[in-house]
Amino acid sequence: MSLPPDAATLPPPLDAASPANPVMGIDQAAGNFSYKMDYEFDAGTGLSEKTVRYISAVKKEAPWILEFRLNALQQFLAKPLPTHWATPDLANINFDKIRYYLASGQKPKRTWDEVPDDIKRTFERLGIPEQERRFLAGVEAQFDSEAAYSNIKDVVAKQGVIFANSTEALREHPEIFRKFFGKVIPTGDNKFSALNSAVFSGGSFIYVPKGVKVSHPLQAYFRINAENFGQFERTLIIADEGSELTYMEGCTAPKFSTSTLHSAVVELVALKGAKIQYITVQNWANNVFNLVTKRGVAHEEAEIKWIDCNIGSRLTMKYPGVVLKGRKARGEVISIALANDGQHQDTGAKMIHAADETTSNIVAKSISVGQGRSTYRGVVHIPKHLKGCKNNTECDALLINTNSRTDTYPAITVRGDANSVQHEASVSKVSEEQIFYMQQRGLTEGQAMSLSVNGFVNDLASQFPMEYSVELKRLIDLEMEGSVG
Amino acid sequence: MSSLTETNRLVGSFTPEFFAAHLASVSHLPGWWLDRKRAAYEQFASLPLPRRTDESWRFATLAGLRLDGYCRPAPVARADLAHAPVELAQSGQLLFANNRLVARENLAAGLAERGVIFDTLHHALQHHGDLVQAHLLAQPVPPGAEKFTALHTALLDDGAFLYLPRGVDLPAPLVVLHYAHGAGAAVFPHTLVIAEQDTRATLVDCFRSSGADRHFACGRNDLHAGHGAQLTYAAAQTWSRETLSFQSNATVVRRDARVQSLNLHLGGRQSRHESHSQLQAPGAQSEMLALTVAHGQQEFDQRTLQTHQAPHTSSNLLYKNALLDQAKTIFSGLIVVDADAQKTDAYQSNRNLMLSDDAEANSLPGLEIQANDVRCSHGATSSRIDPEQEFYLQARGIRKGDADELLTFGFFEEVLSQLASEALHDSFRDLIKAKFRK
Repeated sequence: MSLPPDAATLPPPLDAASPANPVMGIDQAAGNFSYKMDYEFDAGTGLSEKTVRYISAVKKEAPWILEFRLNALQQFLAKPLPTHWATPDLANINFDKIRYYLASGQKPKRTWDEVPDDIKRTFERLGIPEQERRFLAGVEAQFDSEAAYSNIKDVVAKQGVIFANSTEALREHPEIFRKFFGKVIPTGDNKFSALNSAVFSGGSFIYVPKGVKVSHPLQAYFRINAENFGQFERTLIIADEGSELTYMEGCTAPKFSTSTLHSAVVELVALKGAKIQYITVQNWANNVFNLVTKRGVAHEEAEIKWIDCNIGSRLTMKYPGVVLKGRKARGEVISIALANDGQHQDTGAKMIHAADETTSNIVAKSISVGQGRSTYRGVVHIPKHLKGCKNNTECDALLINTNSRTDTYPAITVRGDANSVQHEASVSKVSEEQIFYMQQRGLTEGQAMSLSVNGFVNDLASQFPMEYSVELKRLIDLEMEGSVG
Repeated sequence: MSSLTETNRLVGSFTPEFFAAHLASVSHLPGWWLDRKRAAYEQFASLPLPRRTDESWRFATLAGLRLDGYCRPAPVARADLAHAPVELAQSGQLLFANNRLVARENLAAGLAERGVIFDTLHHALQHHGDLVQAHLLAQPVPPGAEKFTALHTALLDDGAFLYLPRGVDLPAPLVVLHYAHGAGAAVFPHTLVIAEQDTRATLVDCFRSSGADRHFACGRNDLHAGHGAQLTYAAAQTWSRETLSFQSNATVVRRDARVQSLNLHLGGRQSRHESHSQLQAPGAQSEMLALTVAHGQQEFDQRTLQTHQAPHTSSNLLYKNALLDQAKTIFSGLIVVDADAQKTDAYQSNRNLMLSDDAEANSLPGLEIQANDVRCSHGATSSRIDPEQEFYLQARGIRKGDADELLTFGFFEEVLSQLASEALHDSFRDLIKAKFRK
């Protein structure tokens, strides 16, 4: 199998002259890349009704979608930034300087040959050989706002799976997608879900028919390629009764001097007995605000599992949630976060129990390096008169350097005497004995540290598909370089 | 008109006239203190009531925080109190009712000669002004407590003052009783403990209502443990079931000192308790314990803060709640490890025993850590009595009701057994039993 897109940040630095990190001596420019792009459609900077109408017109959307967008815009403008509980860093987002829509205008491609050369070149730089890409089950690669490449393998298409971008799906299959669109995460859920609802473009809409077990994981890959350009993709996955699906996304972004904004909305619906596994490896550049709302609804005996790995970005705020709506539904969040200098990974999970005998499990591990800050924030809610609900939450934080920072802010509400909840969190540092032992056997301190950190996340990383866990390991190695001494 | 309504809501019964009458009654106290009270009243009157978006009031029933219907209580004589004696061998006792001292048992022989001061705050303000000024309400207020701390400062009348000079070891606990008496009585209990180097003492605070009237209580206790001091603080809150109560605590632990505090919460309609331990020098230890039995429609809101400000300090928190009927509890705790406070050892645990299908337990156990060489962990659980344990006891011929009671007391015992004094342990256990068997 190929290394997925994010591995692209690993190859040797393209810009050797860029300054090393002033604090830790880490060369953060490693893997930065950017191309000059010609955009056919550009909504300009700033957000107004005009921007929203422009986006909708370019996409030739049905009137109800425009209405949905305009309503969302009003809600976005009306809502304050959540700085009463979140980091004040949010106030540094300049919404007027962001481009809300850019597109190069080409239609989603079906074959590799049709992909324009300059886009191919970008993929090349990302380290994914064309040869290997052909093996991928289906790549809906989002190039800026539009899907530039999509190749769903025949096997998947033959199973009756619909895999399209948001514009296409809402136009061609409204009967399937309209029913669930914006229902799991209502527009007004939070300021950033409202923003996404107003200006969304791209993303994946997937429908898996009854009883279909999708044999290959579906993948999508996002990147941001323009300064001050926000990426607002929208994903909606519907797994019909008894079906199964694994979806993977990875993101990279080239580095620019001013901050960019990524604000996605991902909605999952697992109908009776369905299983959805959603895997994210996030490795945005260190100037990106990554403010994402992800939530799934699990119906009777359905299972939703979020595997969420955050390594990049300046500030990530992301709390994947599962609403356990049907009896015996199951929700799980596996979260790995790595915060290096200048980064704040504010991640966590939400488990809303809404039916009897539902179970949820949260395992979160974070690593703080240098001056990095990682935060776990979670909600577990078991309302009145439910029976036999269970939640288990474990949060472990590893602090690498003297003044690395970690926070834990869980909120647990339990009503009634027929449910049980347990939460545990611990904080530790890398064992000096372990490091000493490895150094005795000829490893450098840096290698030993890397190995030790990989050991810390190993039990979670092993749940990832192979190529993702290999990639994760390489990303950790890169981040740990220069963190000691 | 609308501005008038607004003002009323912000201060409720505690109007400028209320404050002026109070100030007139304590006009003989030192000027610096009266000035502080004036400033505090202004602050209280201008601060908003807790809002839904205040993180430090999350999950609390804000509608219950109405401040009207309370009054400055009339003086009360000891004979008028429904007073039950505290069954403990004691080194001394102060009994306050409606903010004023009504009875006292003097210090055990020899202690006053060794410099121990156990007297009213009024006395201390007038005779030990410098000592009081340096310690009275001198600690920073945790977020969320601003308005009610200001109210307490403004309207604090009298309270207990304990000073332990270097090397004093008290043989038996000191007891302070704070009574509220009469419908609508607003009381402001205060206990200030200053323990110098190498002292050892136990102080017990009892918060009680005389009768079943509706009361308002807004209290505070501050503990200062100097170099090597060993302090035990135990409080039993048994306000009437109609009482709205706020109680806050600030504990300062210096080098090699150890403070153990145990708060027993049984009374009140809606009670909020805030506790802040600051570990300021190497070797400092703080043990924070609490037991709550919540029944009927009671709401107990407990907020804690463990601040590790120096290396090599430890803190251990265990808060246990048993919930019956439609009761609601909130536990919100935060361990803060400052940058460079290496070798911190901090633990925080909240256990909720759900004994009813209508009860609600909220847990917000938090950590904020800025040093890497630390041991910090926390845990929170909410569950019913373990059916296996219940079955085990039933299998040995113990009826279900009895088995549940045994298991529930076993649940409390983990906290109570931390008390070194057996007499104190028994008296607290009896209080819980009394409530439980109602």
